[in-house]
Amino acid sequence: MTRHQPLIALVGNPNAGKSALFNALTGARQKIANYPGVTVERKSGRFAFADGRPAELIDLPGSYSLDPTSPDEAVTRDVVMGRQAGERQPDALVIVLDSANLDQHLVFALELLALGLPTVIALNMVDLAERDGLTLDATRLAADLGVPVIPTVAVRRRGLTELAGALDAVILAKQVPHAPLGEPDMRARRRRAEHIATAAIVSQTQSRRWTDRADSLLLHPFAGPLVLFALLFVIFQAVFSWATPFADALEAGAAALAELATATIPEGFFRSLVVDGVIAGVGSVVVFLPQIVILFFFILMMEATGYMARAAFIMDRLMASVGLSGRSFIPLLSSFACAIPGIMATRSISDEKDRLTTILIAPLMTCSARLPVYTVIIAAFIPEIAVGPGIGLQGLVLFGLYVFGIIGAMVVALVLRSTVAKGGASGFLMEMPKYQMPRIADLALGLWQRAWLFLRRAGTIIFAVTIGLWLLLSYPQVPAGSSMSQSEYSAAGRIAGVIEPIVAPIGFSRDIALALIPAMAAREVAVSALATTYAIDATDEDEQAQALGERLAGRWSLPTALAFLAWFVFAPQCISTIAVTRRETNGWKWPMFMVGYLFGLAWIAAGITFWTATAFGL
Amino acid sequence: MLLDQLPTGQRAEIAAIDWSILPPDEGKRLRALGVDEGAMVSIRQRGIFFGRDPIALDIGRMTVAIRRVHARAITLRAPETAA
Repeated sequence: MTRHQPLIALVGNPNAGKSALFNALTGARQKIANYPGVTVERKSGRFAFADGRPAELIDLPGSYSLDPTSPDEAVTRDVVMGRQAGERQPDALVIVLDSANLDQHLVFALELLALGLPTVIALNMVDLAERDGLTLDATRLAADLGVPVIPTVAVRRRGLTELAGALDAVILAKQVPHAPLGEPDMRARRRRAEHIATAAIVSQTQSRRWTDRADSLLLHPFAGPLVLFALLFVIFQAVFSWATPFADALEAGAAALAELATATIPEGFFRSLVVDGVIAGVGSVVVFLPQIVILFFFILMMEATGYMARAAFIMDRLMASVGLSGRSFIPLLSSFACAIPGIMATRSISDEKDRLTTILIAPLMTCSARLPVYTVIIAAFIPEIAVGPGIGLQGLVLFGLYVFGIIGAMVVALVLRSTVAKGGASGFLMEMPKYQMPRIADLALGLWQRAWLFLRRAGTIIFAVTIGLWLLLSYPQVPAGSSMSQSEYSAAGRIAGVIEPIVAPIGFSRDIALALIPAMAAREVAVSALATTYAIDATDEDEQAQALGERLAGRWSLPTALAFLAWFVFAPQCISTIAVTRRETNGWKWPMFMVGYLFGLAWIAAGITFWTATAFGL
Repeated sequence: MLLDQLPTGQRAEIAAIDWSILPPDEGKRLRALGVDEGAMVSIRQRGIFFGRDPIALDIGRMTVAIRRVHARAITLRAPETAA
C-alpha cells in the first residue's frame, strides 16, 4: 500500500494528445507552476480513482527520447528517472501513444518501459487512426509490451474509466513491465518498435486522406503562402469589423453606467472619482474585450486544427532570411495576442541564440494590448471609407501597423543575429501533426481563460493605475481664473512637463507625455489615461458627453496621431513583458537591452512619421 | 542520389546519412524523428514560391519539416518507380 497520494506522470511524444488526455482526466483542477531553477512548466492536477481516492497527475513535456535536446526534454528525463530536484519519482507512468503513429511512438515507449516503473499505456486518438483506415489490436500490443494497453480518445472522453482502473491495479500490485528489454541503442529500439507495431496492426490502408488532401493545398509552394496571407488578412479585418457591434454595446453600457452614477452620486470628489476615474478609465479598456476574444479564437483554432505547424513551414523561408527558423513563427504569432505566452513558447526552440532573438523581437508583434490604442486613434483620425470591395481604409491602416511591426522585427532579428546573438545558421526540424477537428468545449475553455485574464488585468492593474492617475490629475486643483487647464496644473502635469521636452520633437504634447507614464504598466492604459485626462479637463456637459475619439480628433493634429501610432509599434510599455523576459533569460541584462533598443526605435519611428506627415502638410 | 534530388511524391530508402556535416543536436533530433538509415521516405511538398526550402518529408505515418541542408546529408538507394 502506498502511504502517500500516488504521483502519476503522463509522458509521451509531442503530438500524442497528452495534454488533451491530461485535461480530460483532471478537468479544471489544474495547477501550473515552474520547476525550480529551470523555465519549464510543471502542470499538475488532481484526479480520482473510481472509489474517490485521490492521485496527483503531472503532464510532462513531450519528448522523443531520454537523451534530451532541449530543457523541456531534460525535465522529462529527470522526472521519470527520479532525478528532478523537488519532485519525487512517479509511482506510475501513463505512456501516451498516438495510435496512428505507433511505430514512431513505440520507440520512446520502449525506452520508458525499460525504467521498470508501474506503467499503463494509453493508445490515444484511436478514432483518428480508424478514420485513416488503421485497425489496431490492443490485446496483442499489451501482450508484447507486458503492460495494460487502454484505447482512449481523450477529446471525446472515451476510455478514461478503464484507464483509471488499470492505473489503480498496477499501482496497488506494484506491477512492473515484465517484458523489458533494455535496448541501449536507439536503432535496436526502433527495429523492435517497428516489429511490435506491425504485429499490432490488424489492417491498414496507407492513406491519410484528409491530411494528404489538405496539405496538397495548404503546403503548396504557391497556394500555401497565399492561403496563409489571406487567412491573416481575414483575421485582422474580423478583429476590426466583427467586434464593432459588441464593442458598441459595451460602450453604451459604460455610458449608461456613467449617467446613472452622475444622477445618483452627489457632485464632488466621490462622483468625479467614479465617473471620470473608474468608469471612464476601466470602461475604455473593457470595450476591447470582443477584439481580443476574436483574435484568440483564430489563434486557438490554428493550434487545435494542426494548421499552426503548416504556417511555421510556410514562414520558415522568410524566417531563415533573417537568421531564424519557422519554429520562431509560433511564439511570434502567439505574441500577436500577448507577448507573455509568446515569450514562454520560445522554450521549444532548442538553439539558444535563436531563442534569445525570438524573445527580443516578440514585443514587436502587435499584441492585443495595442489594439485599444490603435483602434481609438484610427477611429478618430482615419475616415471610414472603402478602398475596395470589403476592404475598409481603417482596417487597412490597422493591417499596415501589424506589417510595420513585423518588418521592424525582421530587421531587428537580422541585426541581432549578426551582432549580440551571433551564431551558426539554425536548423528547422519539426513534426507536422495530422489535421483534426477542434473540440468546441476546449476552444471555449481557452477563450474564457484569455478573456478572464484580460478582465482581471482591467480590474486590477488598470483599475489601480487609473485611480492613481486620476488623483494625480485632480490635485492640486487649478485656481479659478488661471489660463492653465486642470491637467497642466496638476501634479501629473508637472511630472509630464519633465519628459515633455524629450517627446516634443516627435510631435507629442504634454497630455500625451502624461499618458505615456502610466502606460508603462500596460499599453492599453494609455487609452484610459487619455480618457481620464480629457474627462477631467472637460468644461461643460456637452464636452463631457463626447466619446474619447471625438475629444482626440478635436485636440490632436493628424501628424501627431500618426506619430503616436508609430510610437506604440515599438515602445516596450508593458511591465509584465519585461518581467517575463527577465525570468526567461535569467537576468536583467537582456530585458534592459530590450527596453533600451525598443524605446530608441519608438522615438525614431514616431519622429520620422511626424516629420514626414508634417512635411506633406497633413 | 541525395534526398535533396528526390522528386516530390516518390518513395525511396535512406542508404546513408553523413552525420558529420550536421550539428550534433540536429542529428540527434533527426534520428529521434525516425530519419535514419533504412527508413522509407518521400517528399510531400518542398519549398515556398521559387525556393527549394524547407521540405515536408513523409516518414512512416508522420510528416516532418526539414531543411535542404539536412536533405543534402542524406543519401538514398535508387528510388522505386512511382506506382
